Amino acid sequence: MKRELIKFLLFCLLVLVAPLALDGGYLLNVLLFVGINTMLAVALNLLLGYAGQISLGHAGFFGLGAYLSGILTATYGMNPWLVMPLAALVVGILAWAIGFPVLKLKGHNLAMATLGLGIIIYIVFNETVDYTGGPSGFSGIPSLSLGGIVFDSDLKSYYLIWCFALLVILFSVNLANSRIGRALRAVHDSEVAARVMGVNALLLKVQVFTLSAVICSLAGSLYAHTVTFVSPASFGFNFSIELLTMVVIGGLGSIYGSFLGAALLTLLPEFLRAAHDYDIIIYGALLMLMVMFMPGGLVRGVPDLIRRIRSAKGGTGHA
Amino acid sequence: MQFDQILQYTLSGLSTGAIYALIGIGFSIIYNSTGIINFAQGEFVMLGGMLTLFFINLLQLPLWAAIPCAVFCATLAGLLFERLAIRPLRRPTPLNLVIITIGGSILIRGISMLLWGKDTHSLASFSGDDPIALGGATLLPQHLWILGITLVIIIANKFFFYHTISGKAMRACSYNSRAAGLVGIDVRRMVLFSFVISSAMGAVAGIIVAPLTMTSYDVGVMLGLKGFCAAIIGGMSSGMATVVGGVLLGVLESLGAGLVSSGYKDAIAFIILLLILLIRPQGLFGKAEAERV
Repeated sequence: MKRELIKFLLFCLLVLVAPLALDGGYLLNVLLFVGINTMLAVALNLLLGYAGQISLGHAGFFGLGAYLSGILTATYGMNPWLVMPLAALVVGILAWAIGFPVLKLKGHNLAMATLGLGIIIYIVFNETVDYTGGPSGFSGIPSLSLGGIVFDSDLKSYYLIWCFALLVILFSVNLANSRIGRALRAVHDSEVAARVMGVNALLLKVQVFTLSAVICSLAGSLYAHTVTFVSPASFGFNFSIELLTMVVIGGLGSIYGSFLGAALLTLLPEFLRAAHDYDIIIYGALLMLMVMFMPGGLVRGVPDLIRRIRSAKGGTGHA
Repeated sequence: MQFDQILQYTLSGLSTGAIYALIGIGFSIIYNSTGIINFAQGEFVMLGGMLTLFFINLLQLPLWAAIPCAVFCATLAGLLFERLAIRPLRRPTPLNLVIITIGGSILIRGISMLLWGKDTHSLASFSGDDPIALGGATLLPQHLWILGITLVIIIANKFFFYHTISGKAMRACSYNSRAAGLVGIDVRRMVLFSFVISSAMGAVAGIIVAPLTMTSYDVGVMLGLKGFCAAIIGGMSSGMATVVGGVLLGVLESLGAGLVSSGYKDAIAFIILLLILLIRPQGLFGKAEAERV
């Protein structure tokens, strides 16, 4: 437990000093999105990596949080700090209600059902033009403010978002190491065995699904207030896949792995500016190569690789 | 007037439904011989349409020559996909297979975008665009092509699976691949076969629908998903149940788009999918199977 705490504090330190090292500028703006994507990837990882339940519709929950926050604050003038938990509550209730029938499904059926949900939500964003502005998007969302501070610059937003992201990480690490985390892993390995041991598997799956949707909604609210503009394109099927890629690349069942995956996939397109249109090829190839050659993701795959190279060298040394 | 409209929507729904059925059968062939849901199935449909255009525009081939070339190339892509991505998989858990086929679909889509750009293209109809009057509705010649070709493929499929050695061997693999292996069937080859057949069928579906719906590098996503809906409704059978599922989906979608709202057209398909999954996950005609532990 102590090691976990030290790991977390070191990570906090890294987050804290990163902007100082960068001296503001464009990259800071990207790091802010790394924060949002980290929240989303951690949320999906709780469901996918720990409980072993796939979801291809998480962009939908992210979008619901963003749109609810945007519409309730900009159109109806509500207080953003009030709307954020309200949106999370609404999304949570929705996820809870759909969770029971949907999470009875397994494997590819579950993948298809969640994908269908995500697509239906996406279509609703597009079609309810009166509320969402339709395909052209919804603008004029106010920035968050606290006391006298308005979070309207990249630096301020960076610290705000990472505050939330760190809380999500701390919470998730604790959850993963708790009794519930062990129960989740048991469900992952064998649902039947878990049930025999007295775990209410369906209830547990629905709970983690709901929790994961709530975190996504929260990330969505932050996104809406930071960017001050939302459009359906950000919450489509492709983004759900992108989230899946982050989790798989980072490592299933590793919270910090999700950060790695989120950071890599958010930064990569920025560094590959010339290949901007082709990032989907890179996603596809990465997804396939990871599953084929590094099924444990970067957090387990890289140490493994180093160990293998070392032992190979050691082997030749002896011969 | 109202009746004519319904007839019109039903007729056009029939032909898109036939396409969904073809794609759906592709899904179930692979699923039955391997237990894999190939999320890249829609990309082979896209490849069919785009490759046909490529051969016509770039190599100036006539349509009748471009089609077999396109089907051949798409099939080759399916074969390579199985050999390079599915077979080398060390831990083929359902989750890994879902992820790798999704990865494959993104890769194929990305490469197509790289090769042919993001534009939407149209393919000329096979035999003109003069509508045929039928009652109060009209039918395009292309609709007839679609229905005819679908019918031929389904009959050929039936013949292959029930009257040829390879087809019977593939069915044996789908019942019990271990037992099939024990009696001397090369299971891996049958898996490869299933990818070849379904990518070829997908490509044909993509070619015959292209004159109606236009084609671009990203049409595969939706077509693939609709095909999957058809397969789910049909209970993952590779026969008539999936055809009925596809046609049902096509007609309901067309009626919904025409009578309710065209913007929600795709949502209708997914609501049907969700309902089926939640109420009868074994498909409309399937028998519930007892789950063994």
